[in-house]
Amino acid sequence: MENELQNIVSVLVERFDVEPKEFRGQTSLIVSPEKIFEVCQSLRDEHGFTWLEVLTAVDYWPQQEPRFHVIYFLYSIDKSMRMGLRVPLPSVSPTLPTLVELFANANWRERELWDMFGIHFDGHPDLRRILMPHDWQGHPLRKDYPLGYEEVQFTFNAEEIDRDKPYAKE
Amino acid sequence: MLDQSEFAFNELRHLVTDRAIEGETMLLNMGPQHPSTHGVLRLLLELDGEVVVNCFPDIGFLHTGIEKNMEAKSYEKAAVMTDRLDYLNNLGNNLVYCMAIEKLAELDVPIRAQAIRVILTELQRIASHLVWLGTHTLDLAAISMFWYTFRERELILDINEMVSGQRMMTTYFRPGGLWRDVPVEFEDAVRDFIRIFPKRITEYEAMLNENPIFLERTKGIGVIKPEDAIHWGVTGPMLRASGVDFDLRKVDPYMGYEQYEFDVPTHTDSDTYARYLVRVEEMRQSLRIVEQALDKLPYGPVRSNNRKYVPPPRSELGTSMEAVIHHFKLWTDGFEMPEGSVYAAAESPRGVLGVYLESDGSTKPHRVHWRTPSFDNLQMLPVLAKGHLVADLVALVGTTDFVLGDIDR
Amino acid sequence: MGIEQKAGDLGAVTMRLEQAVNWARTYAMWPMLFGLACCAIEMMAGQAAKHDMSRFGMELMRATPRQSDLMIISGRVTRKMAPVLRLLYDQMPDPKWVVSMGDCASCGGIFNNYAIVQGVDEIMPVDVYVAGCPPRPEALVHGILTLHEKVRGEKIKTWA
Ligand code: SF4
Repeated sequence: MENELQNIVSVLVERFDVEPKEFRGQTSLIVSPEKIFEVCQSLRDEHGFTWLEVLTAVDYWPQQEPRFHVIYFLYSIDKSMRMGLRVPLPSVSPTLPTLVELFANANWRERELWDMFGIHFDGHPDLRRILMPHDWQGHPLRKDYPLGYEEVQFTFNAEEIDRDKPYAKE
Repeated sequence: MLDQSEFAFNELRHLVTDRAIEGETMLLNMGPQHPSTHGVLRLLLELDGEVVVNCFPDIGFLHTGIEKNMEAKSYEKAAVMTDRLDYLNNLGNNLVYCMAIEKLAELDVPIRAQAIRVILTELQRIASHLVWLGTHTLDLAAISMFWYTFRERELILDINEMVSGQRMMTTYFRPGGLWRDVPVEFEDAVRDFIRIFPKRITEYEAMLNENPIFLERTKGIGVIKPEDAIHWGVTGPMLRASGVDFDLRKVDPYMGYEQYEFDVPTHTDSDTYARYLVRVEEMRQSLRIVEQALDKLPYGPVRSNNRKYVPPPRSELGTSMEAVIHHFKLWTDGFEMPEGSVYAAAESPRGVLGVYLESDGSTKPHRVHWRTPSFDNLQMLPVLAKGHLVADLVALVGTTDFVLGDIDR
Repeated sequence: MGIEQKAGDLGAVTMRLEQAVNWARTYAMWPMLFGLACCAIEMMAGQAAKHDMSRFGMELMRATPRQSDLMIISGRVTRKMAPVLRLLYDQMPDPKWVVSMGDCASCGGIFNNYAIVQGVDEIMPVDVYVAGCPPRPEALVHGILTLHEKVRGEKIKTWA
């Protein structure tokens, strides 16, 4: 099985010029944003990775170039193999092609990335906010977005905080 | 400000059919407060009479910001948040999170801890399926099931309470093992459960398998073809009821699942009734695993001895100053993890639950992403609902068995 | 007391109107069937066989706010959910009570972040807070009984 994964990796390295990486027994490829659609298509149609298991992103702010990594995990149910893909994206208008045609569940996952990270997906049929309210400002999972910490009440500052707390009326 | 209904219409104008814009079909809002949406899911329905033409789920009403909040806590403290994700599978969430940490830190887990983890997660799977069975049948007008299933669930919660002191949010699994060893009464309690429960499953089946109303409302409703299921990323019992034999416990065993003998129930009918059968059979198989694990429960330590990640036991604190300092350090700062990223996945009652964990070498995770099964399973709902009656939608929502905490995170 | 002993045979009871109404309100309090998060599961357990909240006159959970007079906020309230919740509260007919169940609903609990309303009392008045994450069904029952006590002590002039 390991050999098979190696074979697939070497085929992809040759064809798409990706950079393989190995960490804790997990193979992942670094793919450029333009090639991600073809790489996924080839993985799905030629190598049997039919299931998009994970689609998420990581923010490396304050690092600017690349600021984001979008992470895909594809799984092959027949061969029980998992393949990770990482796509570096710049800080200014991060954009990727959508994978909705290849994997239907990419739809919501891409919407989630738009909502949480502000990563735009070209050609997505319905790119709206999904988790946050429709009029929310900002993209919460970005590292430069504050956690929104509210001060905790202790006995010494209870009154002070209580004064500003917006208690509801009837 | 726009009125709610007006807004709903503007928001979805590009999705609904032309007939809705002309006013021929009706747009109906179901939820977020609706008894059969199992939480705070909002469904926007386009109805032609009683037939669902389109269905648009709107999620996020329970978005808790857990992923972001975990980034602000040290690894061990963040574990507390994991319970609150999929709140019917608390121990399963702990397990996956711990597995990710253990994989990244290359931390060993003693075999006794592994066996106890298996027992408790399998019990949790049963508890989760019991809640599903109770509420699903409640929605389908078989109200008495609810009382039965919650009665049995209490037994499992009692076991949880016995080992950890909490009924639901236990945080009992910690990186490198367990919080502490199980008490002596644990074995008897589990044995009692193993003795009682099979009869109860038979009882449920007697009530449902030949119940004409239940059959009428579940048979042939919401058929998913196996290729569609994979295309939509559906996992868990939903996938297995479509005839795909895929269970991470078998194909990629973790926590020593390879030692236990159990079957992965599948079905080929792919409808709501098939999913019911698969889940009920899964409860039986879980019980088998629990019994085997309990029979050969090994003795020994329950937490790894790797002092880099695991605080020293309480007994040492009284005698050694180093241990006190160490303990203090681990609980205030937390441990530092090696740099890198891992993905760990396990089979939750709803499907594949995974954690993507990325560390930048500090004491707090750089990014934690939860790959939650309900998120993908719910995406399939609009496809299933099309062409069914509104009443069947309730059955479909029930059979998807999602937990909103799991979807919205 | 005296008059009751005399009039007892006639089947008449005398008490103050205040008492009578409060008594009636206490033992027919219909909660809204409405769960938010993990606490809702414990609320369901409270309704189910072992703990059985119907002992306190609340076997009927109404799914519509128009027919209910007690709202159990069982779980965390997000910023997206808050307007919906307030709408539901406004739709409930008076008199109405709110029990905030669990740490999240009472004060934000362990989630001190951008998405969670830090205490449901920011959006609606709360009568009883129940602590715990999740509170045990017994704790919820205790909260309800505390509320009953409060209702029994209400005065005519504060009736809505
Ligand atoms: S208080 Fe605890 S159990 Fe209740 S909703 Fe909050 S996290 Fe869940």
